[in-house]
Amino acid sequence: MTSPAYPVTNEKQNQSIWKFIFSELKPRGKWLTPFNVISIPIILAGLVLMVIRFTHGLGAVSNVTQEVPWGLWKGFNVVTGVAFAGGAYVLTFIVYILKVEKYHSIIRVTVLNGFLAYLFYAGALVLDLGKPWNIFNPLIGNSFGASSVLFLVAWHFVLYIFAQLIEFSPAIAEWLGTRRAHKILSGLTLGAVIFGITLSTLHQSGLGALFLMAKEKIHPLWYSEFIPLLFLISSVFAGLSMVILEGSISQKVFSNQLTDKNRQERKNIVHSLSKICAFGMFAYFFMHILVFVHGQHYDLLTTPMGYWYLLEMIGFVLVPMILYFYSYRNTNILLTKIAAVITILGIILNRLNVSIIAFRWDAATHYVPSWMEIVVSISIILIQIWIFRWVINRMPVLGNSPSWAKHN
Amino acid sequence: MSINRRKFFKAIGVTGMTVIGFTSSASPGSKDEDTEFHGVLYDSSICIGCQACEKACAKAHDLPVPEDELQAGVLRKTSEVQRCVVNSYETSQGEVYVRNQCMHCNEPACASACLTQAMYKTKEGPVIWREDKCMGCRYCMISCPFDVPKFDYNSINPKIQKCDMCYDRIVQGEKPVCVETCGDALFFGTRRELIAEARKRIAEWPEMYVDKIYGEAVAGGTGYLYLAPVPHTELGFNKQLQNSSYPSLTKSFLYSVPSVFVLVPTLLLGIHEATKSKQNKNENHD
Repeated sequence: MTSPAYPVTNEKQNQSIWKFIFSELKPRGKWLTPFNVISIPIILAGLVLMVIRFTHGLGAVSNVTQEVPWGLWKGFNVVTGVAFAGGAYVLTFIVYILKVEKYHSIIRVTVLNGFLAYLFYAGALVLDLGKPWNIFNPLIGNSFGASSVLFLVAWHFVLYIFAQLIEFSPAIAEWLGTRRAHKILSGLTLGAVIFGITLSTLHQSGLGALFLMAKEKIHPLWYSEFIPLLFLISSVFAGLSMVILEGSISQKVFSNQLTDKNRQERKNIVHSLSKICAFGMFAYFFMHILVFVHGQHYDLLTTPMGYWYLLEMIGFVLVPMILYFYSYRNTNILLTKIAAVITILGIILNRLNVSIIAFRWDAATHYVPSWMEIVVSISIILIQIWIFRWVINRMPVLGNSPSWAKHN
Repeated sequence: MSINRRKFFKAIGVTGMTVIGFTSSASPGSKDEDTEFHGVLYDSSICIGCQACEKACAKAHDLPVPEDELQAGVLRKTSEVQRCVVNSYETSQGEVYVRNQCMHCNEPACASACLTQAMYKTKEGPVIWREDKCMGCRYCMISCPFDVPKFDYNSINPKIQKCDMCYDRIVQGEKPVCVETCGDALFFGTRRELIAEARKRIAEWPEMYVDKIYGEAVAGGTGYLYLAPVPHTELGFNKQLQNSSYPSLTKSFLYSVPSVFVLVPTLLLGIHEATKSKQNKNENHD
């Protein structure tokens, strides 16, 4: 109904759409911000190291060994990063399936975050692959390793990127001002959401299931047949903690895009997210206790790895869980943010423990990432933040949609 | 409890798979009954640690010939340029040699881990690596309980290096190079023949062997089988490895996938519809 009403403007927009995109590509605002000053040199260094990686082989940059073949790029950028992208599927579930409208205002930014995160984890993966030109082998051709957990994860990864793109696409349509596309794409949202949640549950747990065959290689305090379930549960509060942290940063950085009403709304959202996190962490902690009791490794608690395990479980699960409960009871937003930061550190610790630190903890030579690996890891995240900022400054993500796009 | 769960998943998974026609995700272990895997029997009691097999292997596969000598207590490892090693161990029976290379499992963890079937269990028995399919993700290295696949980190077109039991020779009816070179310590045949031969040796010379064939049960059975004069725990074998196959560890997860794909969207759609009608009612009341 909308399109016949504005046929002329539509055509005009179509003609100038490339010009419009080109003009939007140009940077805006001040150049010499502290973030730019710090991030630009790191990104440049990272890009140089990526070139070295492809011209001299993985070993020239990375410290990975024959015993610990997955280093920081997989353990941190892929395995840890995916957990933090979990906020997208949890929030789409709450908003589109349970219809809790109060979270609607943060859904776009969360989906955008998830989408970019996945895109860049795929990038980190390409860096880490020995033969990246064969990356499409599991997707096309006759090379389906269907008995592989990684095959499953790879497919879900690709499909979920598309699902998230569809979920986010109405914002792109609003930015470009294409009304008909907006209508079509908005109609696809529910399907993409249902598909996306299903894919997420499977590959969040699938990332844990990757380590099921490394039964003797992972320290018994971290290995159990329940790794997939633990990864899935923890992705819920990992993702939401990231939403809380990212929200509090965006609120400061992009404050010009928010109205006072938005701000108040966001406080309420953070407040109720802290409750979801608290209960999620309680389930996770309880599950860990069950697994621990079931595993009967009491004697291992007094070894150095045991202390390390207790630090993770108490310092980075139990403590933030209590903080979340407490901050919810007292409506203390600052405390919620502190809990979110500790939770995020705890998830990093947990994923690195499973994939790197407790993996072949008994090997003669331990894997310690080189400075070059760390620089590349950080620059991948920084590039992601740059693109995030570019999108936020141009598309209706944090702020309100143009009036013509208001549905209902 | 876990058995019930597994059975439950299996039942549901199989149903789900037939529904979607996803039968290809069956485990790689399900081979024809009449397939005879080939393997190699290695006899520690006969091996003299001459390293001739190492050198023959290196020459046959265009790898640098290893120069380092054996020394008891010094652990040599296979690497991206060496497919097999012989090590010397000081044991209760004196110095004993052990050869290490790919075990060619009946149900290889690496092949089930590989998402492109680059690691592949051939019907003849050897587990081979196919370069044109490999992505270089190194998930096979994560999964292999014997730490066999080795990756060439310093190459821009890296290879996975591991013993392939001279697959090219086997399909032409020849023996692997190492078996061809070795006097008596290596014995090639079908797995059934090898186990019979090993049992015969144990029965005929009980003073020479402990009554155990390493590889008969470990990791669900391997293509390489070991006889030794001392318990295998004295010879650097990882005693924690399980006897059931490694791919079975991911089976229940993989089998749950089709059911998740059927049940979760249905559930989500159901909740969506339920919340929708409630909302409409509210609106009407308003």
